[in-house]
Amino acid sequence: MRFISMVKSTESRSGPPPKALMEAMDQLVKDAAKAGCVMVEAGGLLPTSNGARIRLSGGKLTIMDGPFTEAKEVVGGYAIFDVKSKADMIEWTSRFMDLHKEHMAGWEGEAEIRQLAEMGAEPCRSAE
Amino acid sequence: MTATDTHRAIDAVFRIEQAKLIAGLTRLVRDIGVAEELAQDALVAALEQWPRSGIPDNPGAWLMTAAKHKAIDHFRRNRLRERKAEELGYEREIEQETAQPDPDEALDDQFGDDLLRLVFISCHPILSPEAQTALTLRLLGGLTSDEIARAFLLPEPTIQQRIVRAKRMLSDKRVPFEVPRGAELEARLSSVLSVIYLIFNEGYAATAGEDWMRPQLCQEALRLGRILAELAREEPEVHGLVALMEIQSSRFGARTLPSGEPVLLLDQDRARWDRLLIRRGLAAFGRAEALNAASARAPGPYVLQAAIAACHARAGTADQTDWARIVGLYAKLGEVTPSPVIELNRAVALAMLLGPEAGLNLVDALTAEPALRTYHLLPSVRGDLLRQLGRFDEARAEFERAAALTRNERERNLLLARAAACEAKSDGQKQQK
Repeated sequence: MRFISMVKSTESRSGPPPKALMEAMDQLVKDAAKAGCVMVEAGGLLPTSNGARIRLSGGKLTIMDGPFTEAKEVVGGYAIFDVKSKADMIEWTSRFMDLHKEHMAGWEGEAEIRQLAEMGAEPCRSAE
Repeated sequence: MTATDTHRAIDAVFRIEQAKLIAGLTRLVRDIGVAEELAQDALVAALEQWPRSGIPDNPGAWLMTAAKHKAIDHFRRNRLRERKAEELGYEREIEQETAQPDPDEALDDQFGDDLLRLVFISCHPILSPEAQTALTLRLLGGLTSDEIARAFLLPEPTIQQRIVRAKRMLSDKRVPFEVPRGAELEARLSSVLSVIYLIFNEGYAATAGEDWMRPQLCQEALRLGRILAELAREEPEVHGLVALMEIQSSRFGARTLPSGEPVLLLDQDRARWDRLLIRRGLAAFGRAEALNAASARAPGPYVLQAAIAACHARAGTADQTDWARIVGLYAKLGEVTPSPVIELNRAVALAMLLGPEAGLNLVDALTAEPALRTYHLLPSVRGDLLRQLGRFDEARAEFERAAALTRNERERNLLLARAAACEAKSDGQKQQK
């Protein structure tokens, strides 16, 4: 089953993550693969100043260019994993978040994981 | 964290670490059965301690250290009974490894090697294919006997027995825990790949039972293949097998109707193919081809089968399929691994390229083949070609024969429906005359 993890944090800090963190993440992805949890795709998002929001409300479209200054936390990156269970995804995402403790001290944020709809695949049971 | 959260986390950690743990321990204690017990002991220790102390920062290393302590206990207990010099040696090694500071990266490589050794020993040719399959699913896939039994529609004790016997056999014959080298590597790797593909195929076209597919077996095989590709990155056939399984898996959503009825490849709604899996499959295929090209090797059977699967995956519609290339690929595949089943597939492709007559000539030549006598796809293919030639009575008889030979209920229904359709056409023909 596939899960997407979206990593959110405050946008105050710009630029790519430190090299040590990138290397640690690479290693984590390799370890995960050896345990049968495969990263299908991943990417980092550029600042919200490069983005826009297109909203449909009350039959009216509103387009709002970034940056999204009112947002407390914004999505900075995502990764899609193919895993055996939701618990496995939580474990790997926890390990991913943990890397920041050592390699990007002071960073705070939240990773939201969501299961992707797949044809023929059941949603995982809530107990898992 | 609540107690349930901790429990759930321990479960996940253990599922993730189990194969690595068993692999590392087997290297130390030279016995898969003992290694598995030690891994279980480590889990019990974690279940006792983690709810109180919290989950450690490096849970894998924690479990390994706990298991090593149990291993030392195990040897000391055994030594009281019989003094085995070699076990003393093992014990000393374990003590040294346990005393070492934690050189993380060296350990990671060691884990990778140990896992690969575990793959090779689980698929060792002294074991029957059934035993290899069960052991691989158990040790590498982390499936319980019950899960394996359900997947293969067998009673659980049968699977348990297979696993126990396999472990005893490996221990009795003192099968070395190693990655084979040189010429042996190729033969042993091919046995590993065939175990994984066997698991996949059992899920993809269930030989018996009510369901046409058992996707969890396919997913498990794909997972094992992806792990193997990570452990043996330089082997083109490994990437070939992964490519083949990724591409075939991409058709899951299109292979059955909501009612469970099978849909054949050329009738499938290609919009329902999983693009992500196709992309991954084509990427794995590309890696396999690049490795072959770099070493000037001819493609092996899995790379060739992946190439055929890739032809289908690349065709936007059934009409756009490159049948000429597929016919050529089946011919090459037949040279590498001669088999009447491959010839049958070549006949189907040839019929698509040149018309049903050409296919039928080849199929007719295969009807005397003893290996195909009870193979339901032979009459099924023959029936299809006869149908296309308007020879409906003969086609109906072939579909009925195929239906009688298959042990899969969904497939039998499909074949009987095709027989009935031929009968209707035949009646129509007779009325026109």
